[in-house]
Amino acid sequence: MDALAMGNYGAYVWSCFGLALIVIVFSDWRARARHNEIYRDIEVRIKALEERQ
Amino acid sequence: MWKFFHKLASPPHFYRVAATLIPWFGIPGLILIAYGAYAGLFLVSVDYQQGDAFRIIYVHVPSAYLSMMAYMMMAVSGGIGLIWRLKLAHAVGAAAAPLGAAFTFLALVTGSLWGRPMWGTWWEWGDPRLTSELILLFLYFGYMALRSSIDDTAKADKASAVLALVGVVNVVIVHFSVEWWSSLHQGQTVFKKGTMDADMRIPLFAMLIGFTFIFGAMVLRRLRTEVLFRERRTRWVRELVLSPEGGK
Repeated sequence: MDALAMGNYGAYVWSCFGLALIVIVFSDWRARARHNEIYRDIEVRIKALEERQ
Repeated sequence: MWKFFHKLASPPHFYRVAATLIPWFGIPGLILIAYGAYAGLFLVSVDYQQGDAFRIIYVHVPSAYLSMMAYMMMAVSGGIGLIWRLKLAHAVGAAAAPLGAAFTFLALVTGSLWGRPMWGTWWEWGDPRLTSELILLFLYFGYMALRSSIDDTAKADKASAVLALVGVVNVVIVHFSVEWWSSLHQGQTVFKKGTMDADMRIPLFAMLIGFTFIFGAMVLRRLRTEVLFRERRTRWVRELVLSPEGGK
């Protein structure tokens, strides 16, 4: 409980660490999602062109 | 040496090398952050002036440092792109900007959450460090808006590189603001002797290096995407996508 309370600064300290975790996880997830999205688009376009030829 | 850089600047070569490098940055980064956060939260003793609130330093300082480093990365790569016309250099700027904005936002919010119990206010408009850091966030937004508003990639690269170079002035102001003007914000602490106990400093360095490694891994991941997008009509991307093992 002491660790949670952080000498009455718990809300400030834990919010900062929680937000840092969210920012890092979200940034990484967004980067992966964007990569997969772009890769899939290119894949679809190239395969469609291959089929047409 | 130059041969190595020229080879690395080749998009297909870079795309493959970056995939190999990402875990080499990401895994040590995660380990260092896990150690730094644990030590910073539970092992380091309480500060005699700020109590447990000082523990915010372990996320605030690394994010503030990255907010400036990412901008310098954008400016230097923009300069290289303008002078040597390296396409990969412009892609570095495009990849680093959203991450720089994310860490600037984190630095501002954690600073505000630290300021409230220590200074008695969430925000102080007259403070040079706080205001210049907010301008840095707007510079990131401006850089990203400028890039997305120009359809021609080459023109977008040039315009955004110029903006990045001009904005370096603000990074210098952010860094030296606490020395040049009187500020609520404390002065240089991390690299100054006698300002921090070694027990407090070691987890902070772990967090600084860990954040840098994670940032490196994320920039590489975004850079691969940027390279793939820019090169989408080239032969190597076609071969990569059609290869049986794929090239994600």
